[in-house]
Amino acid sequence: MQISKDKFQLVGSKYEDAEKISKPSLSFWKDVFIRFRKNKLALFGLVLLILLIIMAIIGPHLTGYDYRTNDLTNKNQPPSSEHWFGTDDLGRDVFTRTWEGARISIFIGVAAALIDLFIGVLWGGIAGYKGGRTDEMMMRFADVLYGVPYLLLVILLMVVLGQGLGTMILAMTITGWINMSRIVRGQVLSLKNQEYVLASKTLGANTSRIMAKHLIPNAMAPILVTMTLTIPSAIFTEAFLSYLGLGLNPPLASWGSMASDGLPALRYYPWRLFFPATFICLTIFAFNVVGDGLRDALDPRLRK
Amino acid sequence: MVKYIGKRLLYMLISLWLIVTATFFFMRIAPGNPFTSEKKLPPEIEANLNAHFGLDQPWYAQYWDYLVRILNWDFGPSFKYKSQTVNDIINEGFPVSAMLGAEALLLAVAFGVLLGIIAALKHNRWPDYTAMIIAVLGISVPSFIMATFLQYFLAIKMGLFPVARWETFMHTILPALALAATPMAFIARLTRSSMLEVLSNDYIKTAKAKGLSQGVITVKHAIRNALLPVVTYMGPLTAGILTGSFVIENIFGIPGLGAHFVTSINNRDYTVIMGVTVFYSILLLVSILLVDIAYGFIDPRIKLAGGKKGE
Repeated sequence: MQISKDKFQLVGSKYEDAEKISKPSLSFWKDVFIRFRKNKLALFGLVLLILLIIMAIIGPHLTGYDYRTNDLTNKNQPPSSEHWFGTDDLGRDVFTRTWEGARISIFIGVAAALIDLFIGVLWGGIAGYKGGRTDEMMMRFADVLYGVPYLLLVILLMVVLGQGLGTMILAMTITGWINMSRIVRGQVLSLKNQEYVLASKTLGANTSRIMAKHLIPNAMAPILVTMTLTIPSAIFTEAFLSYLGLGLNPPLASWGSMASDGLPALRYYPWRLFFPATFICLTIFAFNVVGDGLRDALDPRLRK
Repeated sequence: MVKYIGKRLLYMLISLWLIVTATFFFMRIAPGNPFTSEKKLPPEIEANLNAHFGLDQPWYAQYWDYLVRILNWDFGPSFKYKSQTVNDIINEGFPVSAMLGAEALLLAVAFGVLLGIIAALKHNRWPDYTAMIIAVLGISVPSFIMATFLQYFLAIKMGLFPVARWETFMHTILPALALAATPMAFIARLTRSSMLEVLSNDYIKTAKAKGLSQGVITVKHAIRNALLPVVTYMGPLTAGILTGSFVIENIFGIPGLGAHFVTSINNRDYTVIMGVTVFYSILLLVSILLVDIAYGFIDPRIKLAGGKKGE
């Protein structure tokens, strides 16, 4: 086959063209998002999570029922068009209670993660930045506290302080922040001797500014991953405690307490266990895969 | 090494002291005294009871007494079950829990490692995806839900296994499975990622270049190094199986220490709660310490902090 010469054209090479950046520059978070989007499972988890949160917001208002009103004439009804997820032993609508429980479970998870974040960043940040004796003392304290078995302490605290939302979050965070503080400390230790921190110091920035503007934002990736993975473990702990009978006081609905109430009736009214149990699993699943996806997306070593 | 072990032992003792002290003071401030649930007692009898349990002493005397008793491995009487001491309860329940725990541990390690290795060898192919989906499910389903569904479908609906109780080997399978599911999933993920890392090493390429078969490379060269992170997971694994046993034993009606612990929580039987908590803490802290020490021996590349060079 012949190709005539006039189909070709001399483009020439210009120095400026060679240096030109053809791809638009990406910010760090944009880059992370692009990598996150490629992970199908994580994306699925994120969609699931958003759906769950939307349902937690609007779910309790979708039916005309209240999560705490008993209706003893309609006990243990199977799922129907009247009661979408059926009713429980006091005739309460399981659909409404499930989404009311979603609010509480997600609230507990997020609150525990935020408190862990706050204490952990403060403690780990100070220990890592100050170094020396301060670091030694602060981390020794954390080590000793870390040795105390987590769930046993939580159980003990719930027994002593009594059941309730506040005590549960307190019990979870009393040693929960240690993990976060260790991660933040490690990050701060590796970052604090970098040149840009030195430059900032030379320009007269004080400690809190260096921390807030330079160290913590740069340590954001592992902090974020730890937070996303704290939430499912807090949701799990809530369910576990409720299951042991150390959860929230009725008539408050949480997935754990609903599952625990539904368990003895499993043979005859399986929907009372099935719905809360499914949503516990789905939520933990969603947070876990999103956390994993974030970790993979944030870790530059995994870039291909 | 000796210095490291000494240091770790010291921290362990401080942690233990902390939990013993915490349990002691928690139980003092806990609502109600041990005899409130019974009928109103005549003051003389209550005084006698208090004297019998040493509750008439000032708190520091009680605290000291408690510390000394724990050092002598004596966790005191149960307030609810007059004829039993906490030691009796531990001696009776722990062997059962230990059996169940050991079975779950074996299951978790064996299947976790197997899944992880298969996933790594078939990286990004269907066995990998299948194994990782199983692992994600295992992590997402809390043990008590797993236990309930296993019991409902395999025992009640299909009748393949006994529903509850602790008698024959068949009785142990479902509870051990439920207990092992989550740790198994963690181990599978851990093994997979460390196996992938090991497989990309140069010495594996060397082995391949020498003409060794895939099987020999995997078994002789890769697995040994890939299993190191799994060893570090043994500490948290013990903790998970232990706390998991609280609910699993309850669901399957197994007369182990976990079930006793839950009963004592519901009865607010404070001495039993204290005693079992301290016992569990000792068990956990010792097993974590043993794992860490073992790790130092298994992996000679690890220089334990505090150890001298060349040790």
